[in-house]
Amino acid sequence: MHIQQISVFLENRKGRLAEMTQLLAENKINIRAVSLADMADLGVLRLIVNDPKRCLSVLKANDFAAQATDVFAVELPDRPGALHNVLEVLNANGLNVEYMYASVGKVDTGVVIFKVDPVDEAVAVLRRNGISVLSGDAAPIP
Amino acid sequence: MTDDVRDSAKGFHPASALDFLPAPQLRDLQLRRFQSSLRRAYDCVALYRKRMDERGVKPEDLKSLEDVSRLPFTEKADLRDTYPFGLFASPLREVVRLHASSGTTGKPIVVGYTREDVAVWSSVIVRSFVACGMRPGDIFQNTHGYGLFTGGLGAHYGAEALGVTVVPTSAGNTDRQIMLMKDFGVTAIISTPSYFIHLLERAAEVGVDLKELPLRTGIFGSEPWTEGMRRHIESRTRLKAHDLYGLTEIIGPGVAAECTQQSGLHIFEDHFYPEIVDLKTGEPLADGAEGELVFTTLSKRAMPMIRYRTHDITSFITERCACGRTIRRMHRIGRRSDDMFIVRGVNVYPSQIEAALLAVEGTVPHYQIILTRDKALDQVEVQVEVTPEVFNDRIGTLEDLQAKLGHAIANTLGIRAKVRLVEPHALQRSEGKARRLIDKRSA
Repeated sequence: MHIQQISVFLENRKGRLAEMTQLLAENKINIRAVSLADMADLGVLRLIVNDPKRCLSVLKANDFAAQATDVFAVELPDRPGALHNVLEVLNANGLNVEYMYASVGKVDTGVVIFKVDPVDEAVAVLRRNGISVLSGDAAPIP
Repeated sequence: MTDDVRDSAKGFHPASALDFLPAPQLRDLQLRRFQSSLRRAYDCVALYRKRMDERGVKPEDLKSLEDVSRLPFTEKADLRDTYPFGLFASPLREVVRLHASSGTTGKPIVVGYTREDVAVWSSVIVRSFVACGMRPGDIFQNTHGYGLFTGGLGAHYGAEALGVTVVPTSAGNTDRQIMLMKDFGVTAIISTPSYFIHLLERAAEVGVDLKELPLRTGIFGSEPWTEGMRRHIESRTRLKAHDLYGLTEIIGPGVAAECTQQSGLHIFEDHFYPEIVDLKTGEPLADGAEGELVFTTLSKRAMPMIRYRTHDITSFITERCACGRTIRRMHRIGRRSDDMFIVRGVNVYPSQIEAALLAVEGTVPHYQIILTRDKALDQVEVQVEVTPEVFNDRIGTLEDLQAKLGHAIANTLGIRAKVRLVEPHALQRSEGKARRLIDKRSA
């Protein structure tokens, strides 16, 4: 099972991001990884949270344009070439990374979130190549 | 109407004689022309006949100008409903020219002119230009677009009739406009005010100081402008900036014009009978009261207009103008009663923008149009709410959406608009209805 990432449309204006994080905090939703893609006047905030389903319904109930997207996370050892190893495998199999962002993992590891289409194929390819892809069932990121 | 008044610095021009007609004679002329125009409209145009029959009023009932208020109004919708030639009183073989302006539903408003109509049009343009101080010997640059828009050809033929040297640059290509203005020694120009200010800025960028050129007369119209813009223009040039008013449905530019006093617009009321009516009730208002401007054409052959509601809001100026003209003046048009707005000389309806947005998205978008003025050039921003349905995690998709919406608007309106995506429910609503237009342009 893949990780459900929650993407939220945000206007680029003062205080707007804080309004959203307040909403999540009040609803006891824990953010485990976050990335902001921005254009001049708008941004898309991408979140990995403890309860994606509830997060999505809370956001929609509060008039945010939000959606869930399938992504996967890879835990990487803290050493040179670790990220490259993953990208090389994806590249060799003709899989394109649409975007990715990092989060901290346990001691001596990092966690990188990948958006690759098709996600099933990417996960399978990586696992065949001995790369540890985190399961969406278990808490994906510590 | 003393000779010394007529002989202002520029001298009296015979074309302007009717501007100085004593009021009783003018009223008499208006009544006779009104009667014959009304008779013709009734006999030749089914819609007018039907409307008047419904009201039980016949052309012969118009015994004085006070009876005008018994006649039915004509609306822009009537031109749309009878598209293209339904309000023509002349057979097409007598129509020598067609013009058109943008309408709300994609179909334009079409107007026709007989040879006599074109001559009348030229004569009122001559009177407008003379009132602004233009004379034979002037070199006149016409930056209005030549084509279906009445501005270009209207100004062109009027200028030729006056006998000035016409430089028919038409719209666009600002650098060439500046080069020709300088090289030809242009002394008079017609433009939309916003385009002229754009031209001013461009001239400064390319190192041309308009103060050093012989340009002395500016005629600006086709969009609302303000005293602030006049000051802006006049402080950066040596020209006097004059307001020219007109509308396609009545004849085009040349319905009213400022004289060199720059104190309200003289209405060429021997051809266009003006009324100011109450916005809601349509009842005529006392002189000096503000209301909606209504025109009846008194001499138009191809397409007579009976009590056409302009949706422009103004009032008559009751005092006599220092220039000596006896024809009535009105205050410059500052606002309109309907939702149409004018951007860079182009008529735009929110519904057109809505149609363009709908063509892209396929769902009813929530949008708001914000008009601003950046360095005196009108800017249009269309804010569109991103619905959960169209929201996409990919930034590229949102960029594409923004670009597509921008193109759709540009294709529909012919002007560029900045599209800005906003969050659901970000736009103001009052009682469930979105405010479609926020005009922040007042100077």
